[in-house]
Amino acid sequence: MKKFSTLRTMSASLAQGDFSSVELIQDHIAHIHNEDAHLNSFITLSAEAALEQAAAADKLRASGDTRPTLGLPFAHKDIFCTNGVLTTAGSKMLSNFVAPYDATVVSNMAAAGMVCIGKTNMDEFAMGSSNETSYFGSVSNPWDTQRVPGGSSGGSAAAVAAGLVAGATGTDTGGSIRQPASLCGITGLKPTYGRISRYGMIAFASSLDQAGPMTRDAEDAALMLSVMAGFDPKDSTSAQRDDAWLGKMATDGIAELDQPLTIGLPEEYFQAGEHMHAIEAAKAELEKLGHTLKSVSLPHTQAAVPVYYVLASAEASTNLSRYDGVRFGHRCDSPQSLQDLYERSREEGFGQEVKRRILTGTYTLSVGYFDAYYLKAQKIRRLIAEDFNNAFAGVDLLLAPTAPTPAFNKNQLTDDPVAMYQQDLYTVPSSLAGLPAISIPCGFSQGMPMGMQLIAPAFREDLPLALAAQFQRHTDWHLRHPGEEL
Amino acid sequence: MSWEAVIGLEIHVQLATQSKIFSGASTAYGAAPNAQACNIDLGMPGVLPVLNERAVELAIRFGLAIDAQINLYSIFDRKNYFYADLPKGYQISQFETPIVGAGQVTVTPENGKPRRVGITRAHLEEDAGKSVHDLYPGQTAVDLNRTGTPLLEVVSEPDMRTAQEASAYFRQIHTLARYIGICDGNLAEGSMRCDANVSVRPTGQEAFGERTEIKNINSFRFVEQAIEHEIARQIDVLEAGGRIHRETRLYDPDKDETRSMRSKELSNDYRYFPDPDLMPLTISEALVERIRSELPELPDARCARYGDQLGLSASDATAISSDIDRADFFDAAVSAGANAKQCANWIMGELSAYLNKQAMPLSASPVTPSLLAQLIARVEDSTLSSKTAKTLFDALWEEGPSADVDGLISSLNLAQMSDDGALTQIIDDLIAANPKQFEELRGGKDKMLGFFVGQVMKATQGKANPQQVNEIIRAKL
Repeated sequence: MKKFSTLRTMSASLAQGDFSSVELIQDHIAHIHNEDAHLNSFITLSAEAALEQAAAADKLRASGDTRPTLGLPFAHKDIFCTNGVLTTAGSKMLSNFVAPYDATVVSNMAAAGMVCIGKTNMDEFAMGSSNETSYFGSVSNPWDTQRVPGGSSGGSAAAVAAGLVAGATGTDTGGSIRQPASLCGITGLKPTYGRISRYGMIAFASSLDQAGPMTRDAEDAALMLSVMAGFDPKDSTSAQRDDAWLGKMATDGIAELDQPLTIGLPEEYFQAGEHMHAIEAAKAELEKLGHTLKSVSLPHTQAAVPVYYVLASAEASTNLSRYDGVRFGHRCDSPQSLQDLYERSREEGFGQEVKRRILTGTYTLSVGYFDAYYLKAQKIRRLIAEDFNNAFAGVDLLLAPTAPTPAFNKNQLTDDPVAMYQQDLYTVPSSLAGLPAISIPCGFSQGMPMGMQLIAPAFREDLPLALAAQFQRHTDWHLRHPGEEL
Repeated sequence: MSWEAVIGLEIHVQLATQSKIFSGASTAYGAAPNAQACNIDLGMPGVLPVLNERAVELAIRFGLAIDAQINLYSIFDRKNYFYADLPKGYQISQFETPIVGAGQVTVTPENGKPRRVGITRAHLEEDAGKSVHDLYPGQTAVDLNRTGTPLLEVVSEPDMRTAQEASAYFRQIHTLARYIGICDGNLAEGSMRCDANVSVRPTGQEAFGERTEIKNINSFRFVEQAIEHEIARQIDVLEAGGRIHRETRLYDPDKDETRSMRSKELSNDYRYFPDPDLMPLTISEALVERIRSELPELPDARCARYGDQLGLSASDATAISSDIDRADFFDAAVSAGANAKQCANWIMGELSAYLNKQAMPLSASPVTPSLLAQLIARVEDSTLSSKTAKTLFDALWEEGPSADVDGLISSLNLAQMSDDGALTQIIDDLIAANPKQFEELRGGKDKMLGFFVGQVMKATQGKANPQQVNEIIRAKL
């Protein structure tokens, strides 16, 4: 197998009998053993279970099973509960937690015959933009190991960028799929809120959390999306959808666009800056492909980051109350009282960024501050969603930078949380509006990959996927790999 | 100075659903500790709540039964606090927008006047688990079987003025909940619990006094005792020049006293906010109307029907209608032909006594409504005397539902003797044997009539018709 193959290429090779799934998995495991020591993109490797599943997939194939996803290797972000397997959410609090059940995403992927080879590193409870808040150590960016991979799905992004897996699951609350995809030069799709079940995905901010695929290209993203997505009666916020294009994309690949699109450029996102040349070149490419670019305005953009940190922290502060040392997870030694058990277990089990957000969230929900923070943020959230609705009246989708900078050095922003939060500048508005957005590579700055974002109306992932696929047919940014000449 | 109490109750009604309000785990009572706590009840990482529609329907049913506004749009909130038996660190409840709005009931305490009690609201929420402090010395055991059991919290206005009214209100809600089938009403198993808010003020004063809250009372008797006690305590404190502090108190039925649990002056901040895991609850008018059409006859209507149409006394009508099982039994017996008044007497008398003696629920009674109706019919047609009717009732209780009433009357020889000739013979023999007594009776000593009737009854093992015996003796005078 050629390194940096896509899921679709592997699928074709498996179908042709070039190699078996067992061989494919063995190959992956060897790569990870050789290369992950300096990346630290995996927390848990499930070699044995993966080989068993691969053998089962080979058996199914021999008996005539031709599903394109059968026997394909991938990795789960360690935020998805996997039955009988360590599930940590990157936290000391859950460093001993073996989940007693499978998340819906996990069972969906298993039902499609896909083989999970391990669980990837992440910022603690998905809180972070650099993967430096993980209890299991920071992850290195394969393009430059002094730099961060982004976060919170930093392990998944680094593993895909380094060619350790072709696909990994991620979760995105305010940019946690798209920003690391941009910083690692891969494709990352945050679907519409409700498209993929949240059941079994450890909650950070329930009204924002959304799982999605992280892959080498848009074709693979569509393939994984079709497996991950679907209504789930166990998730009251999951959407009942019957989008025929989703299955069609998975089986036939992404079709050419019928007609050119009108692409909106939110003026608030296109401020002059040293890293804007990549996306400027992408604009020219899109015009060359026949699309119309049009300036639009999303006037409440500036409020998005503060609104996001109020709401996400508020929800997180209560979502994380269950980690109390009573039933599972970290428990302090010899507690003297219930209060002591709570205080020491939580003091010891949570990292600094998680504590910061619990404190922030507790404060904004408190009597006397609730109206000024939480309620006001909810109102602005609605205004931000209206901004997008208004913009989509005149355009098919929006183009924007994914992150303001390429990957930055480790420890560069750890002492300045507010500067770290600015990494989410371009990703949180669409998260607050629940909209789908894809980040794909569009060039380099300072020798590091830069991504661009395509944002679509709710449940129209088909648009950014089709446009991204077209862009990737005409460019090769997504085919660049770390260690090669740029 | 004379004082007036002001009382409001919060009643927690466990809704009679098969599964929990946000998970599929069973709500059955009495399983091994933690055997009925699934991943969702345990608050495992990643789990999500899904609302049990049955709980919503039962809440609507209650709202309609108290003539309340049903809110077609309501919201589930998180009530945040830490406790060992609250796995998620928050309870899912309804804060600003409950499913049931303002309603009312009218309650009549024993020997008191009817009082309208306003119900502020009723909202859906999940129950917490149980902390057991006396199982292991120095440790607390946590049983999460009850976690997630659906509760309807019924909040009254501070409309009650006496402990008797509060107890009557608690009974009324209990009766109503059982009538409409939303709760099994088993107080011993905690299916209904109440918290009482109590304050006192000088009679005539408009403003409320400072109140205390008495927590977790689970019997009609205790609610009355606890409030009585708390009213007396508050009056004592105020009359001694003291001040009532806002606090939560616990009633100890063994010592008949309330004691302070925690001060509420620094009131807990529960940081309520809408639960982002649950969509707002929207209910259609059609669903409300369907549930309205399925409502059974309610206790007030039933009580009125028993008085107006069946001629029961007010106290009998109230007694029979106050319990759905009793009322259903009564209705079944009456439609099987029983005389209503007689039927009420039997149910409130013999039947209740037998059931109480064996701590048996009415539903398990071996004497069915149909058997009771047949028994009453045989009293009415004079086949049975009141004494032999009781003997027959005994026999029916032993035989159970398949008993043959007429067969037993004959095999036990219970029919009244109405043969004039045979009775006259017995009476003649008695007169011959007791000439002195007969002379006294003749001389106007009416008391002697009782003597002769008694002797006849004795000779006939109670089967003689006393009226007939009377007539025959009088004819001899």
